[in-house]
Amino acid sequence: MTRRAILSVLIENEPGALSRVVGLFSQRGYNIETLSVAPTDDETLSRLTMISEGDDATIEQIIKQLYKIVEVVKVQDLAEIDSIEREIMLIKVRATTGDLRAEIKRTVDIFRAQVVDVTPETYTVQVVGPEDKLRAFIASMGDAKILEVVRSGATGIARGTRVLSV
Amino acid sequence: MTEHLSGGDMLIRALQDEGVEYIFGYPGGTALHIYDAIFRQQHIDHILVRHEQAATHMADGYARSTGKPGVVLVTSGPGATNAVTGIATAYMDSIPMVVISGQVPLAMIGSDAFQETDMVGVSRPIVKHSFMVRDCKDIPEIVAKAFHIATTGRPGPVVIDVPKDTTDPAITAPYIRPESVKMRSYNPAVRGNGRQIRKAARALVAARRPVIYSGGGVIQGEASAELTSLARQLNVPVTNTLMGLGAYPAEDRQFLGMLGMHGTYEANMAMHEADLVFAVGARFDDRVTNDPAQFCPEASVVHIDIDPASIAKIVPVDVPIVGDVKSVLTDLLAEVALLLEKEPRSADVLNSWWSRIDVWREKNGLNHDLKPEPGKRILPQLAIQTLYKVTEGKAYVSSDVGQHQMFAAQYYKFAEPRRWINSGGLGTMGFGLPSAMGVQIAHPNETVACVTGEGSFMMNMQELSTCLQYKFPIKIMALNNQALGMVKQWQDMQYGGRHASSTYSDSLPDFKTIAEAFGHVGLRVDRVEDLEPAVREMFDPKNKDRLVLLDVWVDPEEHVYPMSIKGGSMADMVLAKAGEGKE
Repeated sequence: MTRRAILSVLIENEPGALSRVVGLFSQRGYNIETLSVAPTDDETLSRLTMISEGDDATIEQIIKQLYKIVEVVKVQDLAEIDSIEREIMLIKVRATTGDLRAEIKRTVDIFRAQVVDVTPETYTVQVVGPEDKLRAFIASMGDAKILEVVRSGATGIARGTRVLSV
Repeated sequence: MTEHLSGGDMLIRALQDEGVEYIFGYPGGTALHIYDAIFRQQHIDHILVRHEQAATHMADGYARSTGKPGVVLVTSGPGATNAVTGIATAYMDSIPMVVISGQVPLAMIGSDAFQETDMVGVSRPIVKHSFMVRDCKDIPEIVAKAFHIATTGRPGPVVIDVPKDTTDPAITAPYIRPESVKMRSYNPAVRGNGRQIRKAARALVAARRPVIYSGGGVIQGEASAELTSLARQLNVPVTNTLMGLGAYPAEDRQFLGMLGMHGTYEANMAMHEADLVFAVGARFDDRVTNDPAQFCPEASVVHIDIDPASIAKIVPVDVPIVGDVKSVLTDLLAEVALLLEKEPRSADVLNSWWSRIDVWREKNGLNHDLKPEPGKRILPQLAIQTLYKVTEGKAYVSSDVGQHQMFAAQYYKFAEPRRWINSGGLGTMGFGLPSAMGVQIAHPNETVACVTGEGSFMMNMQELSTCLQYKFPIKIMALNNQALGMVKQWQDMQYGGRHASSTYSDSLPDFKTIAEAFGHVGLRVDRVEDLEPAVREMFDPKNKDRLVLLDVWVDPEEHVYPMSIKGGSMADMVLAKAGEGKE
C-alpha cells in the first residue's frame, strides 16, 4: 500500500549537500513530489521538506538512505506523527468583470486566502495551507480562468513539544 | 611552533600523518603542485600507472589485501573521469579509498576551462562522500575527515577535489592536524543491540536447519575468526558470497562453497531448505537470492550488517542487528556459550540436516576430480585446480570478470580472508591486473596470481609496463577461450546460440609475444598434458622476480555450472549442458 510521506530533513548547510539529497531520489528511483529548503535559525543547518510516496518498505529505505548521506543530521517523517503541514500557493486568475471579481473575492474569503495583487484584468491570490486545501482552491476557481499557479512545496513541523534539532 | 606550508605540501603532510605508504596516480596540469610536493619528500612513494583506471584498481587491490585505505592521485578532466570506473568498483564492494583529483583554479570553475570536469558532481552517486577544497588552510581537516569516513562504518571511496590555486606553493597557511575527527552528522554504529543479539543467539541454537551466509562484510570487518568459532561451536554449515570467500576456510567440512548464481548445488539447496538463514555482512544481492519472492521460503532471517540500509532492503528480516560484525559476533559468541551452558545441546542435533546436505554434496555440482585427458582441450576448471595445487592454495589471487572469475571462485579454495581479490558488485573487466599490482606492492614477498581472460586482460594490459618499472613479479594466468565467455554462455543458453559481438578469434594478439614485448616472460599452453608443467614453470624459482604471463588455451565451449535459472528460487539450477548426464 502506498502512502504519502512528509520527510523533514536537517542537513549541514554546506555546498553540495542539497544535490546529494536530490541525487539520491533520482539514483534510486524514489518519488519526489515537492521539495522546499532553507536555512534554519542555526545558520550551519538547512531544513528540507520533501513529499514522497511509496509503500512502507520503500519509505523506510528512503529514510535509511538519507541517513547514509554524510551531511544529513536528522530525518523525520511528519506524516507518521501529529504535525502541521503548510504550503504557500500564488495563483493568478483572470478577473475582468465585476461579477467575476466578486465571486473570486468570496472564494478567497472562504479559504481565508488573500488577494495580494490587483490589475484591471487579474487578481493574484495567496493561499496557505496543506496540499488538499490548495487543490480545493484551484478546483473552486470554476469559471475564472487560471493564468498561472506557483507553489512553494510543503513544509511542516511537529505539533506539541516535539522538536527536530541536533 | 606551527609550521606554515603550502597547500600542496600540506596535502602530502596530511597523507603522511594518516600513515599512507603509497599513492597510485598519474600527473597532469592541475595536479602538478601536488606532484612537486611528492617529489620533495621521502616518506610516500608514488606509483606511476599508465591509465588512471588502473591507479584506482591498484589502490583497491592494496586496500582489499591489507584493510588499509588505498590512495589515488589524478589530474582534472580526463584524469578524473578515467578514475570513475575504479571509484564505482570500490563503492560497490565497500572498499576504503581516498581519491585526490586536481581541479581547475577556483576562479575558473564553471567556465568550461581546459580539462575542467565537475568531479564532485560526476562522482557523487559512486562515493561515500566528497569534498572540494576552497582554501588551503582547510586541507588538514578535510584529509582527516576523508580518511575517517572512508575507513569507518561501511567503508567506501571518498573524493577530494583540489583546485590548483589551493595548492599554490606561494601561498602558505599554518598546518594544524585535527586531534580527532568529530562530525555530528556521521556516527556509524559499532555495538549491536543486546536484546537483538540474545534473540539471534536463541534462534541460532534452536534452529534445526541453519545456514550461515556470510559476505564481504566479514572480511572488511576482520571478523573471520569470530565467524569460524561461531560456526564450529554449533556445527552450522557455512556458505560464502563471492565477496566473502576466504572468511571461512574453504577446505573445512562445514563449508558448502559459494552460493548464488554460480554457487554450489549444496549451498543453494541448503539455503532454500533452511529454517534459519544467518546472514553476516552480506547484502542479499540479486546474484545470490534469485527471485526474492521465492527466497528461502521456510527460513527466518537474522541479518547482521554495519549498514542499516542493507537490512530488509531486499528480503524481510526477522532479527535485524546493526553493528560492526566483529563486535556483534563477539557478543553473540558469549551469548551462545551462555545458552549452551544453561541448556546443553546434544552433539547430534544437526545430524539429519547434515545428512541431507551430504546427499546434495554427492550430486557433485562442481566436478572435483577432473583429470587431464590427453588429446582433449584444456578445461578452464582444471587450469584453476592446477593453479591451486601448484601454489598450494597460498597465493593471493586477483581476478577479472567473467567465466574465469567464477571458475576461480569455485575451484581455488581460499583458506584465509583478503586472499581473493575480485570486483564482485560492479563486475569490472580490467580489474584483475592492476588490482594484483596493488596486492603485490603491499605484499612484496608473497605469491600473487592474476586469473584473467583474454577479454578482460586487454582492457588494462598497458599496465604490463608499470609492472616492469616497479618489478612486480605477478603471475598471470589468462584463460583464453577466444571469446567473451560469459556473454557467449548467456547467448548459448538464452539467445539460441547467436553470438552477437562476443567472438574475435580471428583478431587476437599473441599474448606470449605481448608479455615479452613488455619485458616479461610469456608462456603459452594448449595441450592438456602440458598444463601442469607450464603452471609449474610460471612459479619456478628462476621466475621468482619476473612477471610471467601464461596464455592457457582452454575449451571455448565450456560453460560455468551450476547456474541458477532466472526468475526461480535458489533451488532452481542448471547443473550441466543438456545431454551431459546431469539435470
